[in-house]
Amino acid sequence: MPTDSLGFIFLNALLINNFVLALFLGICPFLGVSAKLQTAFSMGLATTFVMVISSLCAFFINQLLVAYDIEFLRLIAYIAVIASAVQLVEMTMKRFSPALFRALGIFLPLITTNCAILGLALFQTFGDYNFTQSLAYSLGAGGGFIIAIVLMAGLRQKLELAEVPAIAEGAAMTLMIAAILSMIFMGFAGMGGGG
Amino acid sequence: MSSLSKRKPAPNMDLFIKGIWEENPVFIMLLGMCPVLAVTNSAINAVAMGVATTFVLVCSSILISLLRHAIPKQVRIATYIIIIATFVTMVDYLIQAISLDLYNALGAFIQLIVVNCVILGRAESFASRHPVIPSVISAFGVGAGFTLALICLGSVREILGAGRLLGLPLFGDNFEPWVIMVLPPGGFLVLGCWLLLFAWLKQRRKPATHHLGEQADAH
Repeated sequence: MPTDSLGFIFLNALLINNFVLALFLGICPFLGVSAKLQTAFSMGLATTFVMVISSLCAFFINQLLVAYDIEFLRLIAYIAVIASAVQLVEMTMKRFSPALFRALGIFLPLITTNCAILGLALFQTFGDYNFTQSLAYSLGAGGGFIIAIVLMAGLRQKLELAEVPAIAEGAAMTLMIAAILSMIFMGFAGMGGGG
Repeated sequence: MSSLSKRKPAPNMDLFIKGIWEENPVFIMLLGMCPVLAVTNSAINAVAMGVATTFVLVCSSILISLLRHAIPKQVRIATYIIIIATFVTMVDYLIQAISLDLYNALGAFIQLIVVNCVILGRAESFASRHPVIPSVISAFGVGAGFTLALICLGSVREILGAGRLLGLPLFGDNFEPWVIMVLPPGGFLVLGCWLLLFAWLKQRRKPATHHLGEQADAH
């Protein structure tokens, strides 16, 4: 598969360079909102939605910035777009699903400071992706985020039944699970012809 | 400033120490994890990242603290982010000018300082409510705590994963590097171990103080 084909870009963001487990982006919600399966899945969906919107906006903004030769404003422009996209999601969710809105709590506005989203916008700029490639990349990244956070939430729910030594409870345990998950995802590195 | 710090040295020093130890952003508050895990595959990257973050933290704290009465409450978060993004852009170009190797090693994570929750958290919870001098001291404390944590992780990962520290070989030729430590899983693993260590120290200290309390009661 050629490395610039849509399928490869999608799979690359989804599994091989999984945003959470291989690139360390979006660790805060990954550790913070992964206690319950249902909330974790909604968080994943909300993040994916913001990712797709901000990735598309970032694509057009970058065209504009390059056209006017003001690339040094890129970071400021991107973060402003992401903040507005999050605001949009927040308002939509408050209107249509107040229960979910309460469940996500503080982590909803914090999507703004989720590095996975800004990272996505920056990586697609560095990778010189065109419009459809950007779309595939953002969908893959969002899917990868959902996979990682749902796997983590499932494992943590099972762990509630297990006896964990007192000192390992909480964050230390979660990080150990993340280490094992990350090791599993290293197995995908062989996909796509030794990439 | 010197006369002020002479007049009441205790609270200022406390603010500084608090950031390093009691409220360490990484080990205690679990904030800003992304750069902590991503750039700590060698000690030198860890130091550079720590210094860059501290610079942004201190500069944005000064500006936000100066402007705290001028910023309307409704748009404060957006304003803070724009201020932080400005300083991060400066750091980005600065590192590029100083060392291109370092810039390539840190990659997108310099620009991602913008979304480091440590900085926004400090702006929202401290700089927006306090005068300039305490804000700067607190920012330095938190920055130092963050850098310290990065160095803790970076040096362990470099020693185990490459058999070197700051590029100097530590062991003989017979040492087989644990490559996994410089790869992503190693980051999670080493941070998990540090947290275990701190939890263990805390647990050990608790029975000791309890014991002392009993002795005092007996007297």
